[in-house]
Amino acid sequence: MQLHITTNDGVPIYLQIVNQVKYLVASGRLSPGDEMPPIRVLAEQLVVNPNTVARAYRELEVSGVVEKRRTAGTYISEAGSPLARGEQVRILSDRIDSLLSEAHQLGFSDEEIVDLLRRRSAVLVSPSDPTLEEDPS
Amino acid sequence: MNSIVQLDHVTRSFGSKLALNDVSLKVDQGTVLGLVGENGSGKTTILKHVLGLLKPNTGTVSVFGMDPARQPVPVLAQIGYLSEEDILPGWMRGYELQRYMQGFYPTWDQEYADQLAKEFRLDLYAKLSTLSKGQRARAGLMAALAYRPPLIVLDEPSSGLDPIVRHDILSVIVRTIAEEGRTVILSSHHLAEVDRLADNVALVKNGEIALYDALDTLKEEHITCTLVYEKANFSMPIFKGLVSISGSGREWTALSKGTPELLREEAERLGARVIDQRSASLDEIFVGYSRPTHGASR
Repeated sequence: MQLHITTNDGVPIYLQIVNQVKYLVASGRLSPGDEMPPIRVLAEQLVVNPNTVARAYRELEVSGVVEKRRTAGTYISEAGSPLARGEQVRILSDRIDSLLSEAHQLGFSDEEIVDLLRRRSAVLVSPSDPTLEEDPS
Repeated sequence: MNSIVQLDHVTRSFGSKLALNDVSLKVDQGTVLGLVGENGSGKTTILKHVLGLLKPNTGTVSVFGMDPARQPVPVLAQIGYLSEEDILPGWMRGYELQRYMQGFYPTWDQEYADQLAKEFRLDLYAKLSTLSKGQRARAGLMAALAYRPPLIVLDEPSSGLDPIVRHDILSVIVRTIAEEGRTVILSSHHLAEVDRLADNVALVKNGEIALYDALDTLKEEHITCTLVYEKANFSMPIFKGLVSISGSGREWTALSKGTPELLREEAERLGARVIDQRSASLDEIFVGYSRPTHGASR
């Protein structure tokens, strides 16, 4: 499990861990039943306070992303899918937000953006169709 | 929670200079307190009170429930101390340092000392004076941790050391905290280190505690933002929650304490727009409080 901790912005480290684990689950890189590293192992790997990792695991457990098993150990929970959907929406919303702010900056209207989105989607679906690559202007 | 270190209203002056003014701090068992502040702000003076090397003029210091200035032996036996100053006797060799420490500390764990030495690739047969600065720091850390002290006091442990030594020191400290019940006070200029390790942070300024809270709370309560005016604004914007601000004309960058809603309301009142708003990093909080804008309300 590869996580990256940054201290450059103000996102608390426990939240960075929570968000990245959710992202890994939503993107399918962590699957239900996968075991999470023990708290002290992850703390040493990331060189962060073990209390911080413990807090991240608690938050992940409360939101149902991971579950503790009686045999000790923390695992990605089986019932992760409906929550993962919400997380997928959140991840996409973030991307869309930055797309929108850049597009508005460049003077595109929402209709133009939607139109462009459809065109690009069509190109991705059938990249061989040259008519779709045409410049709309 | 069980507090290991407690300073209550500690005031201390050297001659006419007030070094600490009404300092109160509490470190609970199993937590890490990060002490940050500019050079000469009083961080080391605070640590010297914890170690019992200095006595407060007024106020009280309690470490493991004892006054470290009156009962230095039982207190110091439970503290591992590492400072930026090179205090190891240079004429000793590594294994001699181990024996020397063993004599002072009944809890000395030789197996652990050897394990640390191996991990650090310390040459135990070389004179300490012939080791590199990084290796001497690692030897100092071995000596400070091998008697498994429940409280670890680190005064600028990584100042002037290369990133690899710093990483080594940090990982060992992380592992030490992971062992049940270890408590750490870390004074450091490397805010990234404090950011990674601290549960609570105290910002020391001119001998006073300027800011003291859980690190996550500090980040969540402070906002870094850019204010944009339609037309150039030549007087510095002052608003509720403002800690510090810089800029000119149309664009101003500010550190503000409070909710995003408060910030938006205040910006609206000033006729400005808030762009680029996010929770502040420890670095931004540190700089903001070290140089607050004159007239800013808190």
